[in-house]
Amino acid sequence: MKIFCKIFTAIIIVLISLSNSYAAEKVNYLKTNWSFKGLFGKFDRGALQRGYQVYTEVCSSCHSMKYLSYRNLSEQGGPEFTVAQAKVIAASFEVKDGPNADGEMFTRPGKLSDKFVMPYENIKAAQAANGGAYPPDMSVLVKARGGGVDYIYSLLQGYDDPPVGITLDEGVYYNKYMYGNKIKMASPLSDGLVEYSDGTIATVEQMSKDVTTFLMWAAEPHLEARHQMGFKAIVYLIILTILVYFSMKKIWSRIETEV
Amino acid sequence: MSDHNYTPETKIGKWFNDRLPLLTLANHLTDYPTPKNLNYWWTFGGILTFCLITQIVTGLTLAMHYIAHADMAFESVEHIMRDVNYGWLIRYIHANGASMFFLAVYIHIFRSLFYGSYKSPREIIWIIGIIIYLLMMAAAFMGYVLPWGQMSFWGATVITNLFSAIPLVGEGIVTWLWGGYSVDNPTLTRFFTLHYLIPFLILGLVVLHIWALHVPGNNNPVGIDIKKPSKDTVPFHPYIVIKDGFALLMFMIVFAFFVFYTPNILGHADNYIEADPLVTPAHIVPEWYLLPFYAILRSVPDKLLGVVAMLSAILILAALPWLDTSKIRSAVFRPLYRQFYWILVADVLILGYVGAMPAEGLYLLIARVATAYYFLHFLVILPFLGFREKTIPLPLSITDPVLGGSPNFATAKNKEESVIK
Repeated sequence: MKIFCKIFTAIIIVLISLSNSYAAEKVNYLKTNWSFKGLFGKFDRGALQRGYQVYTEVCSSCHSMKYLSYRNLSEQGGPEFTVAQAKVIAASFEVKDGPNADGEMFTRPGKLSDKFVMPYENIKAAQAANGGAYPPDMSVLVKARGGGVDYIYSLLQGYDDPPVGITLDEGVYYNKYMYGNKIKMASPLSDGLVEYSDGTIATVEQMSKDVTTFLMWAAEPHLEARHQMGFKAIVYLIILTILVYFSMKKIWSRIETEV
Repeated sequence: MSDHNYTPETKIGKWFNDRLPLLTLANHLTDYPTPKNLNYWWTFGGILTFCLITQIVTGLTLAMHYIAHADMAFESVEHIMRDVNYGWLIRYIHANGASMFFLAVYIHIFRSLFYGSYKSPREIIWIIGIIIYLLMMAAAFMGYVLPWGQMSFWGATVITNLFSAIPLVGEGIVTWLWGGYSVDNPTLTRFFTLHYLIPFLILGLVVLHIWALHVPGNNNPVGIDIKKPSKDTVPFHPYIVIKDGFALLMFMIVFAFFVFYTPNILGHADNYIEADPLVTPAHIVPEWYLLPFYAILRSVPDKLLGVVAMLSAILILAALPWLDTSKIRSAVFRPLYRQFYWILVADVLILGYVGAMPAEGLYLLIARVATAYYFLHFLVILPFLGFREKTIPLPLSITDPVLGGSPNFATAKNKEESVIK
């Protein structure tokens, strides 16, 4: 039993270290305390609401978020705007709808059931407006990058003057954390770029943290439910395992063999 | 299934059993004499059955919401993750369940290698097992294609392209597999169909696997033939049922940890980017459980020979009962084989590691040495060991080592003494 446990643990460790080795290049990302990590990790509601503000006022002019709907903004485990607030947010966007009875397309104010309005009609239009680079959809962006939230958080603060010897083309910027260090997105954040309604001072660091938290929620909207259920499930399993262990001992005590 | 002398007690039971002997089967399964010295490495058979059922049940549920179309697959997966009730839970169980399935199957296979469970009279059980393993790899590969992310698309492109290595007809076969001139919608729909079919083939083979097992009965850590039933055996129920249940619960704790706390750690980040035929990812890597074979494939410079090497690496296992010439089953009594066994384990882990790394420089060299050793183990070391190895004498029965020289001896003795007092 002891040997079994040892070897089994060793296998699990090897497995996890193997999966980590997927990320061939190791980069030291900037660290911050994420409230959503750990066994009981939850989103910071304020950070999500501020993050949504940064996304709408800054990112959304180029980056779409096509898998989210305005109703998600009022759902449990998210930014938890009230339904009334979410309705106001949705109504502030113009949504293309139709065709109507006359066969015409028309625009109307957004509803809760609408998906987030996209900044460009299609990928080609997005590329044309951004010097050939497609600003990726942000719905699952955090999960689509090896470094996850740490990568996004670092990238937003990683703009710097290029070191001597590196020349940049027109419309290309230097970023410490970008793969290959060259990025076509200009530094999107600057101190005081947005004005937070809750009085938080909008430093680049603060905005980076808020918008990254928001992106994490966008990619994993059920993260809180998952953590809560996971804790219950594992506690339940551990208690059941202990009970079954003693039953097993009792049953096997009828014969002279160790289990 | 030799015990046909069972008769149900009730009249209706007898009536039914005379027409369809299901009760006889149930009786056989509960009474099935099992060696009492089976250790926890033997619990993975039950765990694997659990994994298969879990994959089928979650897979059926996912199939109700998934759309197998190149333009909609990625979006439908996001729909499952966001809007389907507990869709995230079902998908994460299914995705991590595949990894857990392979973790368990590798332990199951390496247990067999250590205790010589593939040897006479259990060759058929072993060969059915290898076929199940091959089907599992096919199912897992096709399942990984379904979300239609970047790794799905490019993984499918790389693996299906392997068939183009076949001389003369290779290109034609690849076009036939794809249903077109590149991986596209026809490829996705047929992969979905096959991914749905294969688990049921596996289920059928599992029944044969267990049937074939119940003819000679279980091997055991001592590896000697035992009389059944005798003082060396216990009835399957309740002894083995509760022990398998306990091990399964331990396994489920690990499983739950992955599902609830690190659901994406075993996958690749690129698969959350929708498939784009015009953008190739920097590194195309398969899922972790296929990495050792991927390393073997890449270690051979020639494409055709690489494919041959990769396939041989799996198929060579089917010949194992005849490659291993030793009559002694358990490695406990084979001091030399035991050492080579652990070297093989390390070799496969190294292959897995270099499989995840770019195939260049030192990694490529290590992959080549490890590949050569893998074949050396099966083709040279194993046949040779059987003739030259000086084995430790076998005990006459299981009861001997349990009460004699095993680590359990002291505890067993203490128990006896306390009973006497």
